[in-house]
Amino acid sequence: MSGFMAAGRRRDRRWMLHVVLVPVAVLFAAPLVWMVLTSLMPDADLNRLPPRLLPDHVTLDGYRKVLTENDYPRWFLNTLIVSAVAVLSHVVLCSLAGYGFARLRFAGSRAGFLAVMVTIMIPVQLLMIPTFLMFRMLGLIDTLGAAFVPWLASAFGIFLMRQFFLSVPPELEEAARIDGCGRLGVFFRIVLPMARPAVATLVVFTLLGSWNDLIWPLIAINSEDTFTLQMGLSTFSGTRHTEWSSLMAGNTLATAPLLIAFLLAQRHFIATMSFSGLKG
Amino acid sequence: MTVGTAPPRLARTARTAKRKGPARRRLMPHLVGWGFVAPATLVVVGLALFPAIWALWLSLHDSDLISSGEFVGLDNYREMVHDPALRDAAWHTVVYTVLYVPGSVLIGLPLAVALNQRIRGIGIYRTCVFVPYVTSAAAVGILSNFVLDPEFGIVNGGVKALGLSRAGFLQDPDQALYTLVAVSLWWSVGLPVVVYLAALQDVPRELQEAALVDGANPWQAFRNVTLPQLRPATTFVVIWQMITALQLFDLVYTTTKGQPLDSTSVIVYYLYEQAFKQFNAGYGAAVAYALFVVTLVVSALMLRRSAGGAAGARS
Repeated sequence: MSGFMAAGRRRDRRWMLHVVLVPVAVLFAAPLVWMVLTSLMPDADLNRLPPRLLPDHVTLDGYRKVLTENDYPRWFLNTLIVSAVAVLSHVVLCSLAGYGFARLRFAGSRAGFLAVMVTIMIPVQLLMIPTFLMFRMLGLIDTLGAAFVPWLASAFGIFLMRQFFLSVPPELEEAARIDGCGRLGVFFRIVLPMARPAVATLVVFTLLGSWNDLIWPLIAINSEDTFTLQMGLSTFSGTRHTEWSSLMAGNTLATAPLLIAFLLAQRHFIATMSFSGLKG
Repeated sequence: MTVGTAPPRLARTARTAKRKGPARRRLMPHLVGWGFVAPATLVVVGLALFPAIWALWLSLHDSDLISSGEFVGLDNYREMVHDPALRDAAWHTVVYTVLYVPGSVLIGLPLAVALNQRIRGIGIYRTCVFVPYVTSAAAVGILSNFVLDPEFGIVNGGVKALGLSRAGFLQDPDQALYTLVAVSLWWSVGLPVVVYLAALQDVPRELQEAALVDGANPWQAFRNVTLPQLRPATTFVVIWQMITALQLFDLVYTTTKGQPLDSTSVIVYYLYEQAFKQFNAGYGAAVAYALFVVTLVVSALMLRRSAGGAAGARS
């Protein structure tokens, strides 16, 4: 009897929750939806008062312009290279190190892990001036290498993977080792496939960071055909501030890969947050 | 015990001695261990600890980014005290941080509680709230210049339709900084939401239900049962968002570039200009070090306070 009443009350409250959440969802998503709509509108519709919300007719002029009238495709390719190297290297190096720190016993492992963790406290702003000088000595400035070398591995990645391997019981690997697999064999055949949720999270965070990085490429790169997408977009927006459709087309194309990656990895996110102890 | 383990160990050593020698055999696990961790550790430590020390050295010189300059002792640090532009930038950073950090908690927590309910379409709501977080600063910058344009922007269009006077937003020196806070919260509140969601899933549902059965109303149950369990999450959110706020740069660069009238010049933007536009690398390094120390001290104080608070609650 009381169970019935409780269930009824709860259903009422659920209905109210939709009333709250629909405007919230619209508030967060609307600017991005409008970004896509704007990219499909002719500029004439956008530069008038008040601006149009919906296109009269859909046009791909914005996309055509952004892809042909400047170095946009080149910037896109540059960013693709930087992010691909960053993600690949991050996954391999950080999982190897995370596994080593979690599972293997060797002299200096504690000191090594401590040194890595100390670096988490050091902000990028402190490092950018000496890193610039160092990269100039190495001849990396104004190359794509300057953009991806800082992304080859990270303390956060090592920490994340170590926490994951600590949360997995070691029995499975031990069985494989008895079956005659070497350390590396066990790692690549058993451990890494098991680590999928953690790897997915690492991939998304690395992709997010390297794809959207702005301050470091601004410092390390100065010729236009080595620009990353984010640098290109922010200079482009300064010079062509009324060509909204091509600006938004550029924006949409630059955001789409991250959006897709995020949607694919989304379900792993909250689980990873829990085991990594990131929530505190 | 010793007697029990001695023979196999002896036997193993004897066997491997023929092939590799006992010393090498003993070294093997250490070599394998370092083989696993060395590449990533070298990258991380080499690109952080080493430059951090270099930055300290730079901050004691009047380097101009080309030559390393002369040793000037603490002059760069002394100069900071008498630099009115830096004082303004620091003040803007403080205002931004003081609004952004509580905003993250006050918006993030209720949103996470709402998004933690099991209702239809909850996945879509969650995605909508997090999606701005994956957008780049460049994209958010272009988008806010478009939406918040004082004359052509859609927001002022709506404001005018309501019969109110138009706002200047990013182009008004009195509003630009606050507009940046609002845009930042829209952009990045997804992170606190995800952290709180993860923490909420670890609060046992039975606990809340028990409180409800005992006659507490939902608000009391939340206030006295759920909220204390979220303390560690709040500590994390506050420290993380504070560090993010103190390091604000990207959004300023893609929207106002410190304008109008330097009203949005923040510390990292100022330090970027000093080091890479004015070529005062030594001074820039000193400003960076000061920011680093302030961040460390404030984080440590917050951690200590939260640990003290937890101990107090327990006793």
